[in-house]
Amino acid sequence: MRRIPLSALIGLFFTGLFLFTALFAQWIAPYPLDAVLGGVWEPPSAQFWLGTDTIGRDILSRLIYGGQITIFVALLSSLLAFGLGSFLGFLAAVRGGWVDQLLSRLVDLMMAIPSLIVALVVLSVLPISLPVLILVMGLLDATRVFRLSRAVAMDIAVMDYVEAAKLRGEGQIWVIFREILPNALSPLVAEFGLRFIFAVLFISTLSFLGLGIQPPLSDWGGMVKENKDGLVYGKSAALMPALAIAALAISVNLVADWILSRTSSLKGGRGA
Amino acid sequence: MHPILKLVVQRIALGLLLLLAVSVLIYAGTEALPGDVAQAILGQSATPEALANLRESLGLNQPGYIRYFHWLGGVLTGDFGKALTNGQDIGQAIAQRLGNTLFLAGCAAAISVPLAIGLGLVAARYNGRWPDKVISGITLSTISLPEFVAAYFVIYLLTQVFPIFQPVAMVFPGMSFWAKLNAVALPVIVLVLVVLAHMMRMTRAAILNVMQSAYIETAELKGLSPMRVIWKHALPNAVAPIISVVVLNLAYLVVGVVVVEVVFSYNALGQYLVDHVAKRDLPVVQAVGLIFAAVYIGLNILADVLAIVANPRLRHPK
Repeated sequence: MRRIPLSALIGLFFTGLFLFTALFAQWIAPYPLDAVLGGVWEPPSAQFWLGTDTIGRDILSRLIYGGQITIFVALLSSLLAFGLGSFLGFLAAVRGGWVDQLLSRLVDLMMAIPSLIVALVVLSVLPISLPVLILVMGLLDATRVFRLSRAVAMDIAVMDYVEAAKLRGEGQIWVIFREILPNALSPLVAEFGLRFIFAVLFISTLSFLGLGIQPPLSDWGGMVKENKDGLVYGKSAALMPALAIAALAISVNLVADWILSRTSSLKGGRGA
Repeated sequence: MHPILKLVVQRIALGLLLLLAVSVLIYAGTEALPGDVAQAILGQSATPEALANLRESLGLNQPGYIRYFHWLGGVLTGDFGKALTNGQDIGQAIAQRLGNTLFLAGCAAAISVPLAIGLGLVAARYNGRWPDKVISGITLSTISLPEFVAAYFVIYLLTQVFPIFQPVAMVFPGMSFWAKLNAVALPVIVLVLVVLAHMMRMTRAAILNVMQSAYIETAELKGLSPMRVIWKHALPNAVAPIISVVVLNLAYLVVGVVVVEVVFSYNALGQYLVDHVAKRDLPVVQAVGLIFAAVYIGLNILADVLAIVANPRLRHPK
């Protein structure tokens, strides 16, 4: 095991910090989510470290609770995307034939339109709730995971040990979970970081457009929306959640980059 | 038939087929999902008779595929139907706003493409030295930001810290070209930032890839200046991947435009779409969604076609 590079350490530290505050938001946040405590858009002070928002709520507390929602939704949807995408991707690679054709063409079709447009079209009909958002984002993102895991599994499925397992009479489920999955794991783990970030940006964008997390719950994208009018008067409240999104995105990216470079050097230079 | 023409025709036919499939997806995606249009219009307190009457007048009692072909026929003849919320003709509303969207995206493209390629060339010329590191560092920091976050940083910086621009982009008919250009300055800056990094990095990578060829070494040994080697020998051979990444990023602008229009309250197609998603106005969402999808697919086909045309091996078959 080589030394962890500085950039990855910084990334790991901040990713850990974000996860920790999200997990223990109820105990860390100095004030409740919805308590109106001060004036409108007060500057940072000893009482309110990051100032107050558009109706006088503590921004730091809302950031901490908002991070919880953002990370929770992004994590669940990327887990869904991974479960579904990698299973179907492996299945397509192992089965080949019409299963592969059907799934691949379906994914091509879904990826022919930008996911934001698909999400907007679908959300115009469905009720906007947490489960629906997680499901829609997870399904849309599963297409990308499908492409990657199918490509990775295609290479593995022609290996001698897979052939040996098939000749032994193992079923397809065994081949997928016991032969292909362990060997495809490292590129998939790196991809998970990138998909998670994509999900964070996606849910933030939806919330910013008013079509994501609905009040009284609030996430970072929604906080930018709430406070955006203050910018015109020089109140920087909207920049705090924007900074949080940027910081989380960059730190997870740093970690994912490091994992990616590690796995590709383990495999003799052949990355995901 | 010339093989290149055949490839291009094939690609375009495939694209049209894809567009047809997408129209089915958009229509089915909104019609098959749970939720009742009539209920959405009249609200929860509507009487069953009123609901039945409205369903009848909207043609909701017919089977889905018949309504789809009805809709498709309308779209092909330029008739998008009427908006549920205000009864306005959707085709007209789109026609008014499409120009604004294209103007915004066009300005962003006109600035970002030459800038990205120029910066990419400079970064490749000084590969590994400080100009490369500065350019890569700055562009890398913009790559992981969503459009609206980048937008508010830019707004804060350029309207508050350095008060140069107006935070709202208002355009209206009858405005002079220069006044319009001034109005969209901020949104254009944001869009340029969002697409610049990827294009520049791919340009740099494509050039560096070609720079390892033997003929580049020959050109260097002839005594040509480094910039001339890149311009005359590396760029023509790297042009295919550069073109395709440029056009793909222009397609990406389609998505960026939606969010940026909302940020700047810019009255165009993206804001029209987002507004009507919130109002659950299905015909509008279907129509605008289809237009965005068509532009996106069209640009993707263009990327493929240009890559085919730019490939000398395909252009001069043996």
